Amino acid sequence: MGTRATPLNTRPLQGEARIIAAEPYYEAVAGEIALFEAAHASQLPVLLKGPTGSGKTRFIEHMAWRLKRPLVTVSCHDDLTAADLVGRYLITNNETVWVDGPLARAVRSGAICYLDEVVEARRDTTVVIHPLADDRRMLPMEKRGELLQAPPEFLLAMSYNPGYQSVLKELKHSTRQRFVAIEFQYPNAALEEKIIRTETGADAAIAAALVRLAQMTRNLKGNGLDEGASTRLLVHAAKLIARGIAPAAACHGAIAEALSDDPEMLCAIDEFVSSVF
Amino acid sequence: MAAPLSQAELTQQLDYLLSPVLSSRRTTTPLAELLAALTRAQQDFVLHWIEVIDRSNYEMAYQFAAAAPAALARLDDKSVESWILNALDTYDRDGLYLGSQVFKQIDAWLPSAANEHAATFEHYAPVLELYACGLAGRRLRLDIAAEPYTDTETLYLPPRIAAFADTAANFNLYKVIITLLWAQGRYGTFHTDIVSACAVYADLERATTLLSHFETLRLESCIATVLPGVARDLARLRGNTTDSRCAVLQNPAATVRDSLKLLAELYDVFAAPALPHHTALRTEATTTRNKRLQRERSALAEALAQMLPEQSSDKAPEAAAQDRIEIKTKPAPGTAGNFDVEIRLDSLPVTPPEHVAQLLDSILQDLGEIPDDYLHASGSGKQTLSADDESAGDGKDMADDEAGTHLYNEWDHKRRHYRKDWCLLRELDVAPVDNGFVEDTLTRYRPQVAQLKRSFEMLRDEDRLLKRQSTGDDIDFDALVAGYADLKSGMELPERLLTRRHKAERDLAALFMVDMSGSTKGWINDAERESLVMLCEALEVLGDRYAIYGFSGVTRKRCEIFRIKRFNEPYDNTVKQRIAGITPQDYTRMGVAIRHLTKLLNEVDARTRLLVTLSDGKPDDYSDHYRGEYGIEDTRQALIEAHHAGIKPFCITIDHEARDYLPHLYGPVNWTLVDNVERLPLKVADIYRRLTA
Ligand SMILES: Nc1ncnc2c1ncn2[C@@H]1O[C@H](COP(=O)(O)OP(=O)(O)OP(=O)(O)O)[C@@H](O)[C@H]1O
Ligand SMILES: [Mg+2]
Repeated sequence: MGTRATPLNTRPLQGEARIIAAEPYYEAVAGEIALFEAAHASQLPVLLKGPTGSGKTRFIEHMAWRLKRPLVTVSCHDDLTAADLVGRYLITNNETVWVDGPLARAVRSGAICYLDEVVEARRDTTVVIHPLADDRRMLPMEKRGELLQAPPEFLLAMSYNPGYQSVLKELKHSTRQRFVAIEFQYPNAALEEKIIRTETGADAAIAAALVRLAQMTRNLKGNGLDEGASTRLLVHAAKLIARGIAPAAACHGAIAEALSDDPEMLCAIDEFVSSVF
Repeated sequence: MAAPLSQAELTQQLDYLLSPVLSSRRTTTPLAELLAALTRAQQDFVLHWIEVIDRSNYEMAYQFAAAAPAALARLDDKSVESWILNALDTYDRDGLYLGSQVFKQIDAWLPSAANEHAATFEHYAPVLELYACGLAGRRLRLDIAAEPYTDTETLYLPPRIAAFADTAANFNLYKVIITLLWAQGRYGTFHTDIVSACAVYADLERATTLLSHFETLRLESCIATVLPGVARDLARLRGNTTDSRCAVLQNPAATVRDSLKLLAELYDVFAAPALPHHTALRTEATTTRNKRLQRERSALAEALAQMLPEQSSDKAPEAAAQDRIEIKTKPAPGTAGNFDVEIRLDSLPVTPPEHVAQLLDSILQDLGEIPDDYLHASGSGKQTLSADDESAGDGKDMADDEAGTHLYNEWDHKRRHYRKDWCLLRELDVAPVDNGFVEDTLTRYRPQVAQLKRSFEMLRDEDRLLKRQSTGDDIDFDALVAGYADLKSGMELPERLLTRRHKAERDLAALFMVDMSGSTKGWINDAERESLVMLCEALEVLGDRYAIYGFSGVTRKRCEIFRIKRFNEPYDNTVKQRIAGITPQDYTRMGVAIRHLTKLLNEVDARTRLLVTLSDGKPDDYSDHYRGEYGIEDTRQALIEAHHAGIKPFCITIDHEARDYLPHLYGPVNWTLVDNVERLPLKVADIYRRLTA
């Protein structure tokens, strides 16, 4: 940021643009890389759908690297307004200075802008997302009376977890129908083992046992669990095991407790662990 | 402490509670005499349970009353409770005779050295069910039997295990047995008719015992490939004493045929050691499996035919399915029991609908593949529509002039169109009952109610900080900075520079639709009513608009909706007494109920409108016409209509088989299974909270 923020500015603007220099490790599960590249070339925005820990963030980082675009990530929360995305006036040295929000910066620099968990954001954000996500590709900056035209390299991406049950947090159709959707599923067993091994250096036996464990918890989705263990949790457990923690303890801490608070469920997951190792 | 009730007082109460099973020869005098000697707390305990058991069966209640004084004298509190619960479970499952037997066998519940470390099914069932479900990827029922065995749908386990002087080890034995029974289905023990194969031997019992032993050895090596932890347990349990003659079985590629071959060789000479994890092999397994295969085969043929796009071909759709659909499967590497399935339609890969995927998975669990001829229709398996009251009429014979009656269409999936004005529905009031049910429930769950209210208060108090307000209680710095900037550039300082806390606007209306079919009789009805009490308490805190209706009926001409609480009715004494008065009625014709309640919900002006169903099973009606696919498809259609009307349907069920059909009805996420009926009262409100958080 070129300007010094005044003390009066209580909310820091988030989402620095990042140039990703080294290739983030990403294992393609289906045709998602080609699809994303085609969407980018066609100037279409992208919606990443999928459960938590299924590789969405990693994928977008990988794609930013692959397409050689800077990446601006905004984690959406229920207080995030359109102004937070677009920008606002600040006061420096008794003068007003306009400061771009992360979305405006991304548009100007032809970056990839990733709105993580977009359903969490305030509804008024759709006002700026909609014109940017359809073929106008324009960001209205009301305060400045300016319309920012997105360059061809710019890409808007957002993530959404359809597994949430709350009826108050569904994506509106007018929003989702603007986006090319890429669905993230857990990778198949062989691929998931490879991911664990690559991410943590775990040996094949441990990776295989973790994937089996994950499968068993995923079988319980809808039968006591809201979600099964994600790839992320497996990576966490493998990292702990690599540091010498016994598998039972590592899986209990990294997986069981992350999935449930229910004593019976915890007991059942611990039994899965003692079965697969 | 209150004084004990006198014998006369007890006689009076018992006469009232047990009157249907009393006679001139059987009076309550001897019971009252014994009860009079107890403390008041014990007397209250007994009277309370008599009342509870009355709801299931009066004779059971009498048997309980007769045995209670002795039980209270000899068992501790915990044992008394599990004695009662076990009797009730047995009654539900096996009927009056066996149920009342449990009441007579007090000694079995006495603490003893062996009992002290025993693991009981009752206690561990919730964990074991989760374990089995995680293992199999589908819900397997668990139940008790003297000897462990499986019919491939239910795993039967001993009621208690006391093989070791260590509870953990006894519990672990349960787990090992479950894994073994699962493995019998998964690794092909029932691929041949093993009981017939054993019947050729002189001693059938000996033959099946030996075969079971060989199979256990064979399955151990299969299990070792995916669940090495359990395989280690198995090795420990058999004491590492493998007979070298059984070496062929220690190869994961061995099949049940190898075990049968070994049986032929060793029948005369081999002595199977008695092992704690011995399981029985029963004919039921083969018959159940074959029935299931047949059922699923025709279901699959039909489902695949439906996957074909509409076409003008004059071929039968099943024949077309065989030509155009191709299914490839292989075990998913690295998983215990899952398969990778690829379906091609006209050589293009397609994602099968959820119910097709489930059918395929179930067949794969049994056969390990989808045989080619499964794409043929199963010939004689075609269902024919039964000619009952369902066949006649187009609704004209059903007058719509009676006050409070409505006619609704019903979806016929076979014809792919609606039957016009097919169902006649009446709205009735539940007759209020003044028996203190609501108060009793609140007393029973006092701590839970308090906690529930707290969590709902949090939801309510999740208020928003409104920005840029002209009145408020704090300065909005962002607005001030922006305003100051405006001011500097020559504009006026805006007025709205304050923040204000504001209760989040929950513009939400929920309609609860409660299953009042006959199958909810007994505990389920109690649990449903208790759930409603808890729910109302919680919703009153939240201030959401809500209504409660029950539904039931017999045949399409007598569909009934019972008013319990309308949207604009306060939660007052009448509503409370209606909740108390909910009694099981007839059947579950769900489609028409959903259509009617959708109409009611549509009249409410709210941004989010929720239709929450509390159910105990599949749609069903008196004739077998509505049962099964017809009812499911009609219900699904009614839900689709509700969805189009902007309503969000959600289902809370206690049906353990819900997984088989609810995703098809409500989609993958809009339903929840509460495994344990007892927990329903605590869960329903909590599910609602999460649903609307
Ligand atoms: N396809 C993949 N290739 C490489 N690593 C992966 C892949 N999928 C998951 N992972 C691993 O899982 C971890 C979690 O993934 P990630 O953070 O991208 O999940 P996410 O989908 O963004 O989750 P959330 O919705 O919670 O933000 C990654 O850090 C990585 O270790
Ligand atoms: Mg992420």
